[in-house]
Amino acid sequence: MSLLSTLSANLLSPIPLAFALGVFARLIKSELSLPKDLYASLSIYLLFALGLKGGVELSHVSVDSVLKPVLATLALGCLTPLLTYAVMRYAGRFGEIDSAAMAAHYGSVSAVTFIAAQQFVQRVGAPAEGYMPSLLTLLESPGIHVALAIGAMQRAKLQKAAGVESRSTMGEVLHEVLTGRTMILLVGGLVVGLLMGSSGWTTVSPFFESGFKGALMLFLLEMGIVAGARLGDLRRVGPFLLAFGMVMPLVNGALGALLGSWAGLSVGGVTVLATMASSASYIAAPPAVRLTLPEANPTYTLTAALAITFPFNILAGIPIYHAIAIALSA
Amino acid sequence: MHTHPMKLIIIIAEPVLEGRITQELRNLGATGFTVVDGRGGGSRALHAAEIPGVNIRIETIVTPPVAERIVEHIASQYFADYSVIAYASDVAVVRSEKYVVPAPPPR
Repeated sequence: MSLLSTLSANLLSPIPLAFALGVFARLIKSELSLPKDLYASLSIYLLFALGLKGGVELSHVSVDSVLKPVLATLALGCLTPLLTYAVMRYAGRFGEIDSAAMAAHYGSVSAVTFIAAQQFVQRVGAPAEGYMPSLLTLLESPGIHVALAIGAMQRAKLQKAAGVESRSTMGEVLHEVLTGRTMILLVGGLVVGLLMGSSGWTTVSPFFESGFKGALMLFLLEMGIVAGARLGDLRRVGPFLLAFGMVMPLVNGALGALLGSWAGLSVGGVTVLATMASSASYIAAPPAVRLTLPEANPTYTLTAALAITFPFNILAGIPIYHAIAIALSA
Repeated sequence: MHTHPMKLIIIIAEPVLEGRITQELRNLGATGFTVVDGRGGGSRALHAAEIPGVNIRIETIVTPPVAERIVEHIASQYFADYSVIAYASDVAVVRSEKYVVPAPPPR
């Protein structure tokens, strides 16, 4: 299948369609939105199901076979924020603090984009390795901390120059990120899944597996509404960030594909790892950044992560990473 | 009814600051507080609502000296970088001892 036909087939699959409906509802100013508690419940369900399934799969693999993928993931966690910082700072001429804030978002990962990639590779018949959710948990936190460390150092320098006393917040941020909902559900789910194994999974899979894709559609509907509400901000952030929101995921995604291919992942695995590298966090990163780098403008980071990169990846990015993965495997 | 004059401090802040501010209130001598969620808009170009979530309103009743410490602390720590407002008003309470941190027991 050529890239173009994959792209158009992707657009007509459940996730992009549900997302598009959400954006449309927002654009015509419909009063539709998911109740806040349902949105939270759906995300708990999705993340826990993801963790459980990943944990069960993890019980079937040897340590040796995951070693290289783990190394590749940790390398991505360090490289993508540095790359993002450099692009923001030197190509976009943004200040140190805004560049570091953006690096924290793009160094971390969006779990929903990850799930969308998993669904995509399943649909095209090249499912990813079952242990991918474990890699997701590894990538969530390092990127945020690498970027915040850069930002905190720059901030301390600026504040010293201005004669202001700075306070250390890294401990607070570490706690915020590591005890966040996403981390507890994913890491906890992995451990529970690993301990209960296949026999435990068969008893709960009617609930966690049968409803998964439907719940994901509902969740994407709300994501469309949230992203649609930010479309107005696109005019405020300027052409550089518009381009950045689409080019940066391609750069980080290509890097992810290269490392995934080095680690010996399958085409599906390379696609999913590339998607993880390309995606930007909009749940874990924003509060961590707000606490550590309060001078950073959240309009830049949230608009880029949520209104540009997220839809870009869902609609076009994932098929592109898949094409890169196929090219690398040839 | 016999009442005692106290200060009611109200702080409206971004939700990410809840843990930090409530801990600081304790450290500055507040014996308790109430936090409620709210919606609204503000004067800042980058409003707190940028981060998904609501605004929080933290209320605490304290003695006038503690009130002064709290307002000064909030002003110096948060006004520059965060969407935060804080204000004080006079209130009358029945049980004044409830709002004062008990002195450590004599040795």
